[in-house]
Amino acid sequence: MSGFDLSGLTASFGGERVLGPLSLTVNPGDQIALVGKSGAGKSTLIRLIHEQVGRKSSLVPQELGLVNALPVFHNVFMGQLDKHPTWYNTLTLVRPFAEDRTEVKALLKALGMDEKLWIPTASLSGGQRQRVAIARAIYRNAGLLLADEPVSALDGPLAHLVMSLLTERFDTSLIALHDVDLALKYSNRIIGIQDGQVALDESSHRLSPADIMGLY
Amino acid sequence: MLSYPTVRTSLAFLAIAVVGLAFADISITAANPWRDLGNFFLGVVTPNFFSSEGLLTALLRTVAFAFVGVALGSFFGFFLALAYRSWPVRTFCAFIRAIHELFWALIFLQFFGFHPLTGVLAIAIPYAGIFAKVYSEILDEADPDPGRLLPPGTGRISAFLYSKIPDCWAQMRTYTAYRLECGLRSSAILGFVGLPTLGFYLEASFSQGLYSDAGAMLILFYVLIATLPLWVRPRLIPFYVLGAPFFLGEGLPIVWGNVQRFFTQDIIPSPIRNGEGVAGLMSWAGDLMVEQALPGIWNTVVLTQVALVVTGILALLAFPLISNHFGGPVRRTTGHILLVIGRSTPEYILAYILLQLWGPSMLPAVIALALHNGAIIGHLIGKQTNTLQLRPDATTGFSRYTWELVPRVYRSFLAFLFYRWEIIMRETAILGILGIYTLGFYVDSAIQNIQFDKAMILILITAALNIGIDTLGRFIRRKLALQTMPTC
Repeated sequence: MSGFDLSGLTASFGGERVLGPLSLTVNPGDQIALVGKSGAGKSTLIRLIHEQVGRKSSLVPQELGLVNALPVFHNVFMGQLDKHPTWYNTLTLVRPFAEDRTEVKALLKALGMDEKLWIPTASLSGGQRQRVAIARAIYRNAGLLLADEPVSALDGPLAHLVMSLLTERFDTSLIALHDVDLALKYSNRIIGIQDGQVALDESSHRLSPADIMGLY
Repeated sequence: MLSYPTVRTSLAFLAIAVVGLAFADISITAANPWRDLGNFFLGVVTPNFFSSEGLLTALLRTVAFAFVGVALGSFFGFFLALAYRSWPVRTFCAFIRAIHELFWALIFLQFFGFHPLTGVLAIAIPYAGIFAKVYSEILDEADPDPGRLLPPGTGRISAFLYSKIPDCWAQMRTYTAYRLECGLRSSAILGFVGLPTLGFYLEASFSQGLYSDAGAMLILFYVLIATLPLWVRPRLIPFYVLGAPFFLGEGLPIVWGNVQRFFTQDIIPSPIRNGEGVAGLMSWAGDLMVEQALPGIWNTVVLTQVALVVTGILALLAFPLISNHFGGPVRRTTGHILLVIGRSTPEYILAYILLQLWGPSMLPAVIALALHNGAIIGHLIGKQTNTLQLRPDATTGFSRYTWELVPRVYRSFLAFLFYRWEIIMRETAILGILGIYTLGFYVDSAIQNIQFDKAMILILITAALNIGIDTLGRFIRRKLALQTMPTC
């Protein structure tokens, strides 16, 4: 499954509706950038979609959800725990297999941090932690990527590197971004959220930064 | 002041303790208590490390029993923690930890005899109950996000090993190491019921008036506990745990006939055993309640309440000893040593020593409980004051104590005190074995008279009383919104 069709999405907080009701159809091949000012409901929408499409998606939540005490390797490897029997996973916890080591290391190299493979994630910087969560999502290799501000802690060149890697690895994706240039460059469709509603839904190449700025 | 719930609660407990004091028996009955105390201190400052070859063996056994007991307790406690959500498991754990190590030892002694298993189980069983509770609390506090992000279809064991254990590992390790220290104390006092640990040799030296031998034993015990971080290294622990069972000693072989007799005859209430019917059972239970259980409960509660308040007063007086808001490094070092001695000495040993010197009454028990528990709380509160940053022009001396520090730490002080309420009661009950008329006294007498049926009922009553106080303590802590971490 890579596309989805959801309707009647709503979310309330403290009795007050913060999102929806809205409908959303995502087709295979849609690489969507979700934009809107903070508090508009982007994170809530991503969480709702994640709940709805089952867990058949790779998710990069804003809070990352890393296991701080484990090294980078194991945090990435967690993306494929379902692919191996329990004994294999348990052994990997003590001593990873060479095959997995190579694969994870190659992935981290693409993200520019393969030298951190055995460092506990607790001692990494914010940007490095973000890339570990991204590596886990890529390693998970689901048909759909849901990501909430995945490059917020990365500097310019690195943000571009990671975004192009994500568009290359995932045909279908929904990524919340606050950076308008990144949104235009790494998507083919843009959805703008304003006051909990879809205020903009257009192909990226028909939009200019000025069109999007109207949402802020 | 009276508008603060914490102050009102404190005053209520103070009032209860003052009333309790009127009923408590607090006399010094020994003919020459101060000379005996003087002789004892003389013994401590002139320790004799070479008199008995049994000393080193006793130390070795103490360590071995602690390691085996704590390791087994932690192993089974961990698995109980996984099922802690179900109420039968929770109730079972509350029950096994409400019975003191010495009571467990007294029970096992009746059918396993002086076999090492008696000592090991006496530590392992109550500790499993405590480990289960604390481990499950630690596991519950783990970050749930990584678990939610795992791919669907991940096995439960894999999910647990990757998303829960690493997050909790450090905390569980710290707590287990801390429990090992408690285990050494528990192991030492098991000697008082005849197992080959430190308490046995301490009692032997004391009864012969060999105060220098007793002093040497106590000093070695302090050194053992104070150097714990030096010789208990994570890498060495597997060797200790695997090696410890070989140093428990031979003991005496188990007579399996005794085990069977204990469960099928000894603990069956005698009216049932003798076929005296319901009427016989009722009068038996009535006698037990009126003559033993009720006086035991009354004395246990009175002593607990008095000891609790004296503990609190002592802790408040003691914490400035190690607080860096007062005095210089010399005084603080002395303070640290005093508090380490206070909290490393099990209250049972303190009570035993004071009872030998002052004669049997509630006074030595109160002093012993207050010294040990007051030192523990004083140490924790003192450490807490060291994290406080006072404004540069804050008052000094006694005003600093009353205006700046006590108001800031009072809530956590109360939290620790109410946490230890149940621990103080458990210890109070057990001190009865030394001849104070708390529940332990009646349990011990019943066992001496080979009335195991009565002993078991009295132990169950003690456990119920502990669970009740634990619940009440938690209720008060929740009511006053006090939070704390576990201590032992």
